[in-house]
Amino acid sequence: MLKDVTLGQYFPGDTVVHRLDPRTKILMVILYIAALFNAKSWISYGVVLVFLAAAIAVSRIRLKAMLKGLKPVVFIVVLTSLLNLLYGRGEIIAQWWIFHITREGIKAAILMGARLVMLVMGTFMLTYTTSPIMLTYGLELLLNPLKKLKVPVHELAMMMSMALRLIPTLIEETDKIMSAQKARGAEFDTGNLIEKAKAMLPILVPLFLSSFRRADELATAMEARCYHGGEGRTRLNVLKMAARDHITLGVGLALLAGVIALAKLGL
Amino acid sequence: MNEPILKTENLTHVYSPGTPFEMTALNGVDLEIRKGEILGIIGHTGSGKSTLIQHLNALIKPTSGRVLLEGRDINESKSAIRQARSRVGLVFQYPEYQLFEETVYKDIAFGPKNMKLSPEEIDRRVREAAGFVGVEELLDRSPFDLSGGQKRRVAIAGVIAMMPEVLVLDEPMAGLDPGGCREIMDNILSYHDKTGAAVVVVTHSMEEAARRADRMVVLNHGTVAMSGAPEEIFARGDELRKMGLAAPVMTELSQRLRALGVELPGTVYTVEQMAAALLELEGGRGRA
Amino acid sequence: MDDTAIKIENLTFFYPSEEEGQAPEDVLSGVDLTVEKGSFTAILGHNGSGKSTLARHLNALLLPKGGSVTVFGMDTRDEELTLEIRRRVGMVFQNPDNQIVSNVVEEDVAFAPENLGIPTPEIRTRVDEALKTVGMYEFRTHAPHLLSGGQKQRIAIAGVLAMRPKCVVFDEPTAMLDPQGRRDVMRIIGRMKKELGTTVILITHHMEEAAMADRVVVMSDGQIAMDGAPGEVFTRVEELEALGLTVPDTVKLMWELRQKGVDVPLDTLDVEECAKALAEHFKKK
Repeated sequence: MLKDVTLGQYFPGDTVVHRLDPRTKILMVILYIAALFNAKSWISYGVVLVFLAAAIAVSRIRLKAMLKGLKPVVFIVVLTSLLNLLYGRGEIIAQWWIFHITREGIKAAILMGARLVMLVMGTFMLTYTTSPIMLTYGLELLLNPLKKLKVPVHELAMMMSMALRLIPTLIEETDKIMSAQKARGAEFDTGNLIEKAKAMLPILVPLFLSSFRRADELATAMEARCYHGGEGRTRLNVLKMAARDHITLGVGLALLAGVIALAKLGL
Repeated sequence: MNEPILKTENLTHVYSPGTPFEMTALNGVDLEIRKGEILGIIGHTGSGKSTLIQHLNALIKPTSGRVLLEGRDINESKSAIRQARSRVGLVFQYPEYQLFEETVYKDIAFGPKNMKLSPEEIDRRVREAAGFVGVEELLDRSPFDLSGGQKRRVAIAGVIAMMPEVLVLDEPMAGLDPGGCREIMDNILSYHDKTGAAVVVVTHSMEEAARRADRMVVLNHGTVAMSGAPEEIFARGDELRKMGLAAPVMTELSQRLRALGVELPGTVYTVEQMAAALLELEGGRGRA
Repeated sequence: MDDTAIKIENLTFFYPSEEEGQAPEDVLSGVDLTVEKGSFTAILGHNGSGKSTLARHLNALLLPKGGSVTVFGMDTRDEELTLEIRRRVGMVFQNPDNQIVSNVVEEDVAFAPENLGIPTPEIRTRVDEALKTVGMYEFRTHAPHLLSGGQKQRIAIAGVLAMRPKCVVFDEPTAMLDPQGRRDVMRIIGRMKKELGTTVILITHHMEEAAMADRVVVMSDGQIAMDGAPGEVFTRVEELEALGLTVPDTVKLMWELRQKGVDVPLDTLDVEECAKALAEHFKKK
């Protein structure tokens, strides 16, 4: 059932990682990715991996959940690794037909695979430990300087949080409409492509109509609760960078600097 | 007593098994729907009502147990499922939100069309179904231009057009004004009276269920907590209250009257019954 | 001191006609209504009688096409005052799903105070207080979409209470709830009037709920058809039925008995009163 899909992928918790300012976490992910892409050697990869492992351990996110999240990217990881493995340059160890495997190729395959997996896991750390609301709020604050360039930052953030708010409701609604049309004998999994597309109409039309109705009612309710744009708005939860945020960002910068230094040293 | 047409045997349903969200919605439910009866199913939110009714036409598959339509397991094969979908008509809560066609006529025709009936038969059924709910005049209109009550009736006609032998309705009167409620109830009863179909009304309003139900089933925590004739069920007012339900106002009134020493004959749960009982009392005393 | 919360004078309203050249039909035509501070008024009427349209005039969601609406001395047509009016007159709608704006309960309750630019520590106080009033404090960090309809509606009420309004308009707040949810919401409404002194306006289909009010106003075809104390309005059984409405079961019973010549009072709005009156009558004999 559609309801079983966990969206937003947020795992509530009360660890240091959860309590970090969302801005810190967003910046950390950027630093982490930068470090990952500057890593060239086993050693620097090791350093980044240790950092990731520590973050996962502290956040108490179950490894199983992490691995489950990797499922959709398995194909890309395997493909990238294979291409690197089979088309590597350098000293040839084994050869078959047009493929040749080289020592460098093996290294590249492992490192490229590892890079992708670590990239995905690192970004998951952000969404797994930060509620969508906090994430939106963090983004809004980070992008605030763009307001001077007339970018409607508050409006964009509000749109994002409204979307997040409506997703579970719309999923539930889709489920209901599908069941109701099935009860009238509709079948969604038979026929050719055109027939299948046509079979979606009885779901899509009511879904669109109800989304518009919901949006309209929600807008009225927001107005009734004095919503009038971002001007003069205050917040229940104000984000404040604490000591732990400064320390964390320090660690992030050190990670990036360290990896770059290692690369400079040819490691 | 009529023979059963639809039966559940030890029906159990568990959502998201093996995850932290695991929840047993139904636990060993044995339910019998008899030919031509009106059955009221009552239970508060979360009692398993909606999970139960979606099993009745194979929209949800049991985790364990079976659903039998005239003795045959409805989940046995694809064709059995298809049969169950048309023979057991299911009207969801707020069904007006599922309307999608350009005209009322086309929307009502959706079910019969899916049943692959001939064009003549489809036309006959659309008109007949429209007649049951009194929307013959609206067939060429867009369903989206109608009033709330009219939309609801069109949506019900969309299920009636499949001519189900069992018509199941989830909270058919929810959100309507008293006039709209009365109309919908009359429509459903006229389908029942004219076709002899069994009607199952799921509700949390005792008054609605009480008025015409032959039998009632009370669901609580995914099991059948009570079943029997309305008067038997309403006699157990305290138990009902404990389940977050309420006995009809008139049952409560009769209890209070008895406590105050007014002797009422039999069980009373509708205004009409109460008025009749009190008039009898008045007449009896008058003559004495 | 002025005791008037809301003053509606000769209010007329219509939605623009969809077809060109066609005169729009009045949804409200000449409504006069004065609501006293701290009172509890129920507004009844069948679907399309104009009661929801009337409600939306009370916090300037709609503006009069003719006549005027004055809320705590402020004319709703004055755009400068819109926010001032809305913070004083809160509104709770029918569908709880379509008025919750956040994925976290307390963030949702904080929405209005945030819009009003109230300082953060004060928002916290108001949110906690409002959640306690509706009995949902333990749920403050939950996701609203996983709660029951009744609980969601209580969150919506808390969201309005956090504005500390003087008046709250409830537009069929229990229409989509089960009996338990309905009881909870009605209990909160009763407490708001009694303990917070809030002026309550309740639009409903449920006669039992309207019977809890001090005053019942019946709308029909965009006009006020009846206006009086519940005991007065509900005893006009035939008139109400002609307007597509019903009366509480207890009144209906007494009315039937009186039709048959049994001398019982008509204005018994709840079971207890009704039982007492009946017992008295039948014991006397």
